[in-house]
Amino acid sequence: MYEFVTGPLAWLAFAVFFVGNLVRLVRYVRGLDWKLDRVTYGTNIAYGVRGALRSIVFWLIPFGTHSWRNNPGFTILVFTLHAGLIFTPLFLLAHNIFLQERWGFSLWSMPGGLADTLTVAVLVSAALLALRRIALPEVRRITSAYDYALLAVAAAPFLSGLIARYAYANSEFWLIVHVLCGEIFLIAIPLTKLSHFVLFFATRAQIGMDFGIKRGGMKGRGLQW
Amino acid sequence: MPEGKLCNRQPVTTLEQLQALLADKGGKQYYEEMNRLEVDAKALWDTIQRTCKSRIRTWLEICTHCGLCAESCFYYLANHKDPSQVPAYKIQSTLGEIIRRKGRVDNAFLQYTMDTVFAKCTCCNRCAIYCPLGIDTGVMASYTRGLLFSQGFTPWEMKIGSGMHRIFRAQMDVTTEDWVETCQWMAEETSEDWPGLEIPIDKEGADILYTVNAREPKHYPEDIAQAAILFHVAGENWTVPSEGWEETSLAMFAGDWEGCRQQVQSVYDAMARLRPKRMVVTECGHAYRATVIEGPYWAGLPTGKTPVETLHYVEWVAEALRTGKLKIDPRKKIKEPVTYQDSCNYIRNGGLADAARYIMSRIAEDFREMGPSREHNFCCGGGGGLNGIGRYREQRNIGLKVKRDQILATGAKLVVAPCHNCWDAIRDLEEIYRIGIRWTFLKPLLINMIEVPEHLRPREE
Ligand code: SF4
Ligand code: SF4
Ligand code: SF4
Repeated sequence: MYEFVTGPLAWLAFAVFFVGNLVRLVRYVRGLDWKLDRVTYGTNIAYGVRGALRSIVFWLIPFGTHSWRNNPGFTILVFTLHAGLIFTPLFLLAHNIFLQERWGFSLWSMPGGLADTLTVAVLVSAALLALRRIALPEVRRITSAYDYALLAVAAAPFLSGLIARYAYANSEFWLIVHVLCGEIFLIAIPLTKLSHFVLFFATRAQIGMDFGIKRGGMKGRGLQW
Repeated sequence: MPEGKLCNRQPVTTLEQLQALLADKGGKQYYEEMNRLEVDAKALWDTIQRTCKSRIRTWLEICTHCGLCAESCFYYLANHKDPSQVPAYKIQSTLGEIIRRKGRVDNAFLQYTMDTVFAKCTCCNRCAIYCPLGIDTGVMASYTRGLLFSQGFTPWEMKIGSGMHRIFRAQMDVTTEDWVETCQWMAEETSEDWPGLEIPIDKEGADILYTVNAREPKHYPEDIAQAAILFHVAGENWTVPSEGWEETSLAMFAGDWEGCRQQVQSVYDAMARLRPKRMVVTECGHAYRATVIEGPYWAGLPTGKTPVETLHYVEWVAEALRTGKLKIDPRKKIKEPVTYQDSCNYIRNGGLADAARYIMSRIAEDFREMGPSREHNFCCGGGGGLNGIGRYREQRNIGLKVKRDQILATGAKLVVAPCHNCWDAIRDLEEIYRIGIRWTFLKPLLINMIEVPEHLRPREE
């Protein structure tokens, strides 16, 4: 079983993840239509690139935009969650040892203490974000079961990872659960709205071009996000 | 009854149809017919398949339901943070649902959709700059209005407005003769006081082609006279076209995209005919949005720009002040506190915040920004056609509260509002809430402030 989930299934998960995300990006770009969207993506390129970059960069900086600044608590939770989601699996020592064994390469590994902190941070911020969905009426109104399910899918590899590492350190069962959770997460990214993993950059670039080319970007100093 | 006599899926293209609609006071029969209007689900889904591509579909799909857009919407704030006013909710429960059901929705659903995308959204696009994923609910609400229009679900006044554009190439029944006569009348009257003043009609190769909002010839002809005085004093070589003079677009509010195209094409035709160096648009926000920002796309111009360079009136004023074509008498600058209504259409969606600031720095001693201001400003509450829709008057009036409080917080009693819609909304808000403010376009202010060169002085002086 362990061989299967870390072998063929892992390959499948990574394939779906990489190919799926690529397909989503390509389909997004191909579905853009200068006449329907009313943005000349292809003609005023310099303004478009400037607008797109500004639109992406400011939103990647914590407190870099009005919206982030207006909602400091949420901003901290969101950036913590995403930093943990992305960096922990990439730079975890155990993952890199595994990579080295199986595929013959590895990335830089972070100290164990940092990895644990990030993992706990992911779980705490996911839990608080779930509570926020319940607590705030304006968020509750637009929340569906799907939103909680996706939070769970994202948090599961971290929770199971902690269990596999500390609670049942030698249990193959928990290791398999952890690997499976990770694979489900990888597969879910391109297939659900977790695709904002890549589409964030696409939609931000689009709206940046929209404002940068058409809506004032050629006249003003650029939208202050 | 599949389709009504007045309320149906066909746009208004004849004078008889238009008159029948106008005769139906308040749209009583029109809305009754709407209750029985059949939904053509197949056509609806076909249109969506054809026109709803990755941009909007992705927005609808990846919205993380985070709720950050809530506080960006003035309707949400004005309605005591009612969760059903959250932009994401408004669009997911309408357009999102129509797409999920592949167009198979009923009459009641499309009426709910109409009531939502008209009475709960002015398409001010403010939420777009607060959403982490760049989701523009205003764009989607406008798109939804287009779907509704194709199904005959549009407010009575919007159906009339779109018909006006299709018939008169103007938002009101102002014919070419009416327009030309108004210009001649204003020229005659004004030149009594301003020797040498003209309103040149159809002059070829002028430096400036000036175009307006049909309300000006219809209800405020003095606005045209004021524009003429300012061009005259600035020494501009300008003209107005006898046809293609109307900049506004109720068709845009209605979502009648073919009507939009016809309207802007008439202006672009005037440009081709008269070959001006530049065009200047009167003090109107949505007119500029329609003809200058969106219009080139409706007309299929691959540059995304108008055939000749176009300035909003505030750009022209800023330029005239900067170059000294217009000089302000320093003694006549506004002394009292004064604030400025940043129009969504030419500020947030047009990038002209700095031009407006420059003008205010030259004409006012105590200029006070609203909070928030510039591209972050709230809609006045009357955008997206809301000022003119009887069915939604109450919702519009509630929405005005946000602007009321913004103005009150500045302490200013005078509001400069170089946009017809904003101007109307602020007038109405004063009428309803009585906060003791005055509001004005730029033209009348400037006329009282400029230094007039000796040879142009009005006769009495
Ligand atoms: S801010 Fe954007 S992502 Fe969040 S709920 Fe609103 S539209 Fe959706
Ligand atoms: S476009 Fe404006 S009115 Fe419409 S939902 Fe967004 S903020 Fe509200
Ligand atoms: S009326 Fe003025 S403030 Fe309101 S939506 Fe239009 S431009 Fe914006």
